[in-house]
Amino acid sequence: MSLTLLLVQGLNGLQLGILLFLIAAGLTLVFGVMDFINLAHGVQYMLGAYFAAHFAAATDSFWLALLLALPATLLVGLVLEFLVFRHLYDRDHMAQVLATFGVILILNDGVRWVFGSAPLQVPMPEALTGGFPIMDGLLYPHYRLAIIAGGLATAGLLWWLVERTKVGMLIRAGATNAPMVAALGVDIRRLFMVVFGFGAMLAGFAGVMAAPILSVEPGMGDNLLILAFVVIVIGGIGSVRGAFLAALLVGLVETLGRSLMPDVMRLFLDPSSARQVGAALASMLVYIAMAAILALRPAGLFPVRTA
Amino acid sequence: MQRWKQEVPAVLLLAGLGLAPFIGFGEGYVLTLLARAMILAMAAVSLSFIVGGAGLVSLGHAAMLGFGAYAVVILDDLQIVEAMVVLPVAMLAAAGFALVTGAIAIRTSGVHFIMITLAFGQMAYFTATSLSGYGGDDGYTLYARSEVNGARILSDRLGFHFICLGALTLTWLFCRMLLASRFGRVLRAVRGNPMRARALGFSPYPYRLVAYVIAGAIGGAAGFLFANATEFVAPAYISWQRSGELLFMVILGGISGLHGALLGALGFVLLEEWLSHQWEHWRIAFGVLLILAVLFLPNGLAGIPNQVARMFRRG
Amino acid sequence: MLSLRGLRKNFGGLAVTDDVTLDVSPGEIHAIIGPNGAGKTTLINEISGVLPLDAGQILFDGRDVTRLPLHRRARLGLARSFQITSIIPDFSALENTALAVQAGDGSSFRFFRPTASEARLNTAAMAALDSVGLAHRAATPAGAMSHGEKRQLELAIALATQPRLLLLDEPLAGAGPEETERLIGILRSFRGRYTIMLVEHDMQAVFALADRISVLVYGRLIATGGPELIRQNPEVRAAYLGEDDIPLSGAPC
Repeated sequence: MSLTLLLVQGLNGLQLGILLFLIAAGLTLVFGVMDFINLAHGVQYMLGAYFAAHFAAATDSFWLALLLALPATLLVGLVLEFLVFRHLYDRDHMAQVLATFGVILILNDGVRWVFGSAPLQVPMPEALTGGFPIMDGLLYPHYRLAIIAGGLATAGLLWWLVERTKVGMLIRAGATNAPMVAALGVDIRRLFMVVFGFGAMLAGFAGVMAAPILSVEPGMGDNLLILAFVVIVIGGIGSVRGAFLAALLVGLVETLGRSLMPDVMRLFLDPSSARQVGAALASMLVYIAMAAILALRPAGLFPVRTA
Repeated sequence: MQRWKQEVPAVLLLAGLGLAPFIGFGEGYVLTLLARAMILAMAAVSLSFIVGGAGLVSLGHAAMLGFGAYAVVILDDLQIVEAMVVLPVAMLAAAGFALVTGAIAIRTSGVHFIMITLAFGQMAYFTATSLSGYGGDDGYTLYARSEVNGARILSDRLGFHFICLGALTLTWLFCRMLLASRFGRVLRAVRGNPMRARALGFSPYPYRLVAYVIAGAIGGAAGFLFANATEFVAPAYISWQRSGELLFMVILGGISGLHGALLGALGFVLLEEWLSHQWEHWRIAFGVLLILAVLFLPNGLAGIPNQVARMFRRG
Repeated sequence: MLSLRGLRKNFGGLAVTDDVTLDVSPGEIHAIIGPNGAGKTTLINEISGVLPLDAGQILFDGRDVTRLPLHRRARLGLARSFQITSIIPDFSALENTALAVQAGDGSSFRFFRPTASEARLNTAAMAALDSVGLAHRAATPAGAMSHGEKRQLELAIALATQPRLLLLDEPLAGAGPEETERLIGILRSFRGRYTIMLVEHDMQAVFALADRISVLVYGRLIATGGPELIRQNPEVRAAYLGEDDIPLSGAPC
């Protein structure tokens, strides 16, 4: 394991963390503000990728596809909110979990029906096909750097929206005490819808950005969803800042663990079992981290104070 | 009187399962399906015991089945197939896992409990994938089903059907008894109003932990049966999707009583099976049905009779 | 019976309990009064073990319970009611009360016998329900009861633990005039049988019931004594000036 490889893996971890953050941000807001568990948030990410694939094929341009996919995911988010989710705000968490699981089933099989089960490829945008030389003979793809940059910019925008605007203030107030905000005469349903649609669009954006480097296939959101839940629990439910730091942490632990663990295990075990045990341990790392954090700080690292 | 009425659906269901092989559902394929449904129902009842009874919404219950199933695998590898040995080991292994993880998890509550049980479940899952001696990711095929006192009664289809039915009935009766006991009353009180229970002198923790371990042991027994039913065990049995499915069965059936879990598990498995033969993209229909069930059956399948009765009364 | 020694508690720099020292003797009804925000409920929470103290000592029956958690203090015989009714809504009135009896009747780690048919628990529970006049509502789900009945039930629950000390946090809160009268009657019937410490806003009730009264203002005790003494204490009068809801002459609020 050379330093270069460590750097590459670190960048990959950062990039995974950024994607996770884009998904987790919507999840933590929806959860924090509306006390709503939305398992179907991961399929928004998948839909983003599918829309990107579809529009890229139709328009022959990644940028046009991006421009079209964002409003499309927003629209799907709003339609789902209208059809299903708004009827569940007053129900308990278990009803929400069951119904949103139903949405996952529908959309996962729905894209299989419409686009087929075979993975789709999305070509990278022409301008970003090259690489950035980190060392002699080693290029780090421009596109991956663009993901990191785009994600960071979005995180900054989100920070500004939540911390500096009136809607953001209402959202933060809602995360602390939703009935109070409603009592102040704010149309809480409208606020919910805005948060919901925006969260869906962020997850869709993550999907669009991931589409050129991952294969676009049904169910691609499911495992990221679980990681995103890990992120928001570690970060503290309702806290965007917590979600950001936890997402980077999880992204790095996940990626570095995967490349380092087998090597570490080789110190104790023969190569073949070291590979297997190392891989398993690496996958476990984030969960071990979450269990430890919850055992020691049950409200996460950055708990939102509730009144 | 009211309590007695509540048990009718469960008794009818169990009786129906007992009759099934003799009224035209005796083919091998149907019996295999029914065995699967009953074993999952057993796990669902134990999960319902802690979800509905103690307010512990676990998203890691499949790990309990996993411990039971892998106990069968490991003993099978050592050529130990005597059920009198394998079953207790399976239950103890699952109970031990429940004890260790529950001791930590029960310190949290609400969503955090859901997530920490998920975390422990995932740890069990990834551990199973690393067991290269037992097939790792690909799973492990048993040499033979377990034997009871040297007799191979688990290998007989009809015999196995009734063993599963017996185990399910026993699980239901046992959990029912627990919920009605002093212990169960404290559990239900803690779920209904933890502050009240504490002000009366009950510390929730030990009661919840004991309930969690008991549910784990039952899950282990279900895992033992599951391994025997499929004669094959793979890490996929422990994945979080499996734990989620068990939880969905419990919620779909309704958590106000244990019979909800029975209905939910059987309904879930049979509906899934039936739909999958109708349409390639049957999950779409299944998802729609789940959403409709949540929206229109707030008390789950078990709440239907009351809902219908209320509709008639209203005219 | 109960001794509070120099209790202190701060919430972010604000002293909510400020050097409170107080004794409750066996068999007395001791009322805590004070204007809104005086820290009365906080005091009850500290005594029952819901809130930890910053400093001071709580002795119950001569035993130091300062560090014991809520459920351990309950097991020593400290029963409490809550300002906002705290019952188990899914349970019937009988089962709510039987649970309280069960708390004082050996181990609850019993798994086999259906507890709903345990005559010993049910008899004691019925007796407690009877003493608050709820025997005829035993089978009613607690969640379906009227507000006044819930307050009565909460008293029955407290009684059923066979407490050595009853801590009542505004037992009359939210009750209508008729319900109030009934509840006062019930509380009066407890006199001499139970040691009671209660927090209450209804001055008429307090002066009618209490053997001794302590006045709490901004976390400090400014007076303790019999009802007559308190009524005439100039400091108490000063503390209540401007509080329109508590005329010391005794009209209900």
